[in-house]
Amino acid sequence: MNTDFKPMGQVTPLKRSKFFWAVHDSWVLTLRSLRHILTNKDQLLGLAIQPIMFMLLFRYVFGGAIETGSTTYVNFLVAGILIQMAAFGALTTSLSIAADLQRGIVERIKSLPTISSALMTGHVIADLARNLLSSTILIFVAFLVGFRPTATFLEWIYIVGLLFLFTFAISWLSAIMGLIAKTVEAVQWMGFFFVFPLTFASSAFVPTKGMPWALRLFAENQPVTHVIEAMRSLMVGTPMGNHALLSVIWFIGTILVAVPVAAYLFRKS
Amino acid sequence: MDTAIYIKGLTKSFGKLDVLSGVDLSVERGTMLALLGPNGAGKTTIVRILSTLLQPDGGEVIVGGFNVVNEADEVRHIIGLTGQYAAIDDYLTGRQNLEMMGRLYHLSKKDSKDRAQQLLEQFALVDASQRIAKTYSGGMRRRLDLAASLVATPPILFLDEPTTGLDPRSRLAMWEVIENLKRAGATILLTTQYLEEADKLADRIAVIDHGTVIAEGTANELKAKVGNEQLVIIVQKDLLKRAQEAMGAGAHVDENENSVSIPVTSGVSDVRKALESLERANITVESLSLHKPTLDDVFLKLTGHEAEDKKAE
Repeated sequence: MNTDFKPMGQVTPLKRSKFFWAVHDSWVLTLRSLRHILTNKDQLLGLAIQPIMFMLLFRYVFGGAIETGSTTYVNFLVAGILIQMAAFGALTTSLSIAADLQRGIVERIKSLPTISSALMTGHVIADLARNLLSSTILIFVAFLVGFRPTATFLEWIYIVGLLFLFTFAISWLSAIMGLIAKTVEAVQWMGFFFVFPLTFASSAFVPTKGMPWALRLFAENQPVTHVIEAMRSLMVGTPMGNHALLSVIWFIGTILVAVPVAAYLFRKS
Repeated sequence: MDTAIYIKGLTKSFGKLDVLSGVDLSVERGTMLALLGPNGAGKTTIVRILSTLLQPDGGEVIVGGFNVVNEADEVRHIIGLTGQYAAIDDYLTGRQNLEMMGRLYHLSKKDSKDRAQQLLEQFALVDASQRIAKTYSGGMRRRLDLAASLVATPPILFLDEPTTGLDPRSRLAMWEVIENLKRAGATILLTTQYLEEADKLADRIAVIDHGTVIAEGTANELKAKVGNEQLVIIVQKDLLKRAQEAMGAGAHVDENENSVSIPVTSGVSDVRKALESLERANITVESLSLHKPTLDDVFLKLTGHEAEDKKAE
């Protein structure tokens, strides 16, 4: 081993404003999380396979049995699966943060001059990138099995905007969950506890009109249904109502609450 | 000499549990202090407070002239921390890990790259630098972790049990690295459960138990507290009593070990006298040895219990 360790003070940190470092540190840690997508082969495989599995299974298992009115089941389905995938995908944010806590990476970053909550920003932005990847695959597979959207180019931009807004909001909620759960194992059960009811008790896979009244009341008024209905309306022309407006209010509200809560919990962790 | 780390009356409790109850310590610039104590003694809590990860409840803690409570940012610029387990990113390569640390220390992009290269060379990780850290051995991970804490060439280092869980070869390699850091002028606070490690590496040792420093000094000073060298003889069990009488006042019998020991105060003549009287009493000595006090003895003497790593080792 080379025994030549030069004494101290040969490199000096740069001097910049606090704002500069907030952006800089978030970028450095976003790069880190983005690299994980490529080097973590298991995760990458999951990202590619999940949309294909979901699309084919739902399309062909439920497709014949569910009455979706004016549009075909595959047309009905795409918005629901996009949102469900985004919700499950966001669990990666919880898992990554829990893993960083468990492995001492949070600890180490807090002992640096880094703006430490940038670690979460990195995970959340990586989540958007992962989501973009699996959503693209999903849309592609959907076209192969009969998806025929009527959306214009501008409507597609709204769809992507809503999907990103939802992913961003749910990803910050997941960050909070990761900080509360603290271990990878706890994230797993918490994920099932929250994500399953929210995505299945919605209009993601079946119209709500066949549900028992209490469930239906919940399903029709919860935010996940609003965003699904809004995206579905833009995609295939189902009735819009005020779903888009309500989704935007819900999820911007979520972000406004979740980001400071996450930052607070992170500082305390 | 000036003081790099100064701790006065440090207290910390978690709920009802008093983890630190009035710790006083100081480390001179360019020296190494080993915090020696069993699991749960409070070593890691001290390190976490020194590295601004935890707020103290009371007392004064100064690192490199800065107060850890209200000058935490300044402290973070001059310290390097290596935790109990390697806090490196499994899915980045060794080089990417080090470059990222440089950027997070707010070095320029070029400095970050240069430092990564230097450290990979110093820690014999160049060959593995393009592989993700998940593929590294335990020893390599620890080296990378230590390297990561050195990216910004911090003058003050906290090494929290840097060799716990390493195989003997990796431990020796790690010791060499730590000695080099010391030689290069770093101020180091090292925690360890291994008495041998503290003895070998540190200038001074603070023995800590139940949240207080129960002894502090050089290894030799601590050993002197336990007393002199001992002559230890082993005999047949039924001869123990007679051997004790023959060796005179101050002879100590250990029935488990079948041994009798006396302190050696005036060198060889004590040994000769003891052996002669044993011969006169016609006692066959099965083996004899001179026992220099070890830090194990220090611990036993000071705390009334053994350092707990004895069982684990």
